[in-house]
Amino acid sequence: MSTPELPDGRRPAPGPVTPAQPPGGRGTDMFGATRGSDTSGFGGLVKRQPVAASSPRPFGSWFDEAVDTLAESLGSGFDEAVTRVVVDRGELTLHVRPDRMADVAKVLRDDPGLRFELCSGVSGVDYPSEATRLHAVVHLLSMTYRRRIRLETAVTVEDPHVASVSHVYPTADFHERETWDMFGIVFDGHPALTRILMPDDWEGHPQRKDYPLGGVPVEYKGAQIPPPDERRAYA
Amino acid sequence: MSDQTIDDVVADEPTDDPYAGARETTEGTVYTVTGGDWDSVMSAVDDEERIVVNMGPQHPSTHGVLRLVVELEGETVTSARTVIGYLHTGIEKNLEYRNWVQGVTFVTRMDYLSCIFNEVGYCLAVEKLLGIEPPPRATVLRVLTMELQRIASHMVALATGGMELGALTAMTNGFRERELVLDALEMITGLRMNHAYVRPGGVAQDIPPGAVEYIRELLEILPERFEGIDKLLVGNPIWKDRTVDVGHLDVQGCLALGCTGPILRASGLAWDLRKTDPYCGYETYDFDVVTSTRADSYGRFLVRVGELRESLKIIQQALDRLEPGPVMVEDTKIAWPAQLAIGSDGMGQSLDHVKKIMGTSMEALIHHFKLVTEGFRVPPGQVYAAVESPRGELGFHVVSDGGTRPYRVHVRDPSFTNLQATSAMCEGGMLADAIAAVAGIDPVMGGVDR
Repeated sequence: MSTPELPDGRRPAPGPVTPAQPPGGRGTDMFGATRGSDTSGFGGLVKRQPVAASSPRPFGSWFDEAVDTLAESLGSGFDEAVTRVVVDRGELTLHVRPDRMADVAKVLRDDPGLRFELCSGVSGVDYPSEATRLHAVVHLLSMTYRRRIRLETAVTVEDPHVASVSHVYPTADFHERETWDMFGIVFDGHPALTRILMPDDWEGHPQRKDYPLGGVPVEYKGAQIPPPDERRAYA
Repeated sequence: MSDQTIDDVVADEPTDDPYAGARETTEGTVYTVTGGDWDSVMSAVDDEERIVVNMGPQHPSTHGVLRLVVELEGETVTSARTVIGYLHTGIEKNLEYRNWVQGVTFVTRMDYLSCIFNEVGYCLAVEKLLGIEPPPRATVLRVLTMELQRIASHMVALATGGMELGALTAMTNGFRERELVLDALEMITGLRMNHAYVRPGGVAQDIPPGAVEYIRELLEILPERFEGIDKLLVGNPIWKDRTVDVGHLDVQGCLALGCTGPILRASGLAWDLRKTDPYCGYETYDFDVVTSTRADSYGRFLVRVGELRESLKIIQQALDRLEPGPVMVEDTKIAWPAQLAIGSDGMGQSLDHVKKIMGTSMEALIHHFKLVTEGFRVPPGQVYAAVESPRGELGFHVVSDGGTRPYRVHVRDPSFTNLQATSAMCEGGMLADAIAAVAGIDPVMGGVDR
């Protein structure tokens, strides 16, 4: 593609007229403007979700080797237990069926080629737009190989049961209690799944997206400022 | 005396303390003991009964609003359970309603003794999502402030730990030294605590004139003060009596319970994320990972004392590396175009800059407005970034949906995780040793409860 020549023989400087397609979505820049680099308009309120697809092989780095080792150890159960393998930003995420979490974690801990000795924690994420909206996320760390891996599983609000990893990693005890407290995910096999941060008689699970933030209006110089979740949203 | 009722006990007390007494509950009789009347209560309860003692959450020896429920047989702890949540402020939830830059002001308030670490961990995660690298000077400033913060934090660990075990001089000395370090942080960031200094893309502002000189002075003063700690505590027979072989937890126990930081290093494993999973260029600094093989409270204390000196080494190197340059990424879609200056009413917007954007540059004005009101967008995805805080692995799991606010931020706080070791460390020991064990864990409840 040749740049059009100006009448006096000069070529125009290659200025940043239209930004390259950002990873966020088609034709939007970081301010959410849909038409070129127009920054004058309101950004819009379109929410984008990460694509739910497996990464293609080869994954690169140590990821192929680790996934192969796991597949070998799990045998024929691998395809059933691990539904998706996602590599993003240099991090490996295995999407695991909720009832197989503990089995997969045990293999990841014990297999000499994997050795994920330390569980960095368990937490949740709520994606209300998905059918299985409650995700439980487990971060594991291999001290032997200095690798990190993420296990993710998704359940529905009606049947929020995930196999507890607290027997494989005793440190998950508090973390799973927190995830139950905040998201209402039930970890089957946990020794005492009770609330941990909220009071025992609290109703609801505060970190769910449909749970309001709450708060009271604040008065400043005579003007009423509503609580944060009722203020005007800029996407 | 054993046929006494608690009413007699209360009546026998020389002072009628309105807070002491007993009440019947579904779980049995609950005694409120206010000191001095322990023998009376012991004789009032049946010998066959176990005693469950509730310590905290408001108790001077439980390291903040931590509640310990211990079951006693005589003075031996047969079961110890921690109850937390008294300082839960919903920081993770609040983050979802603020933009990415505002998030820093929330995470800095979690573990309030290691504010800079919270900020750096969060910003590293956001930068990983954005795919940007802060400029070298900003990274050096992050390392510099982090290591200053580590000294301040370990000083509080020694100070409060000393106070809980009755060493009040350790407390006063520890807080005195910490204040010197906090002065340095105040010069750099403007605040003693809750700095909100580190921002996605760099740091809020450059180091002010005089700060480097002040920190160089500190590097002269602090080693002498550390020697004071050596003289006061390291060989002190009373201190050793209280901490040696107390709160034992070996490497296997640490890994199973997820303990990291000084607890893990005191059990002999040289695991330090600054060496094993380097960030902010730590692999280019020359320092040692301090370990001990004692696996007890005394070992944890020795590791912290050793890390004080290692931090000084890193600070020295960071100062030598401070090359002039920007402290924030150049990308005007992320960095605020704001410039700060001292005005008649204190630090605020630079009037020259306001004049420029109002009068001559409409683009800059729009950028400023958009960045301040809605903030920048972060491409969707999830990342995990971890830093070695004074208490262990501080991890941030950050999820973005492509919007201007975090979709979800979960913090793996080391205090929260390490606190699970309380039962393993305390059970089978004496009640007084439970205090030494918790002091060795050094939990910060702001981080535990978030």
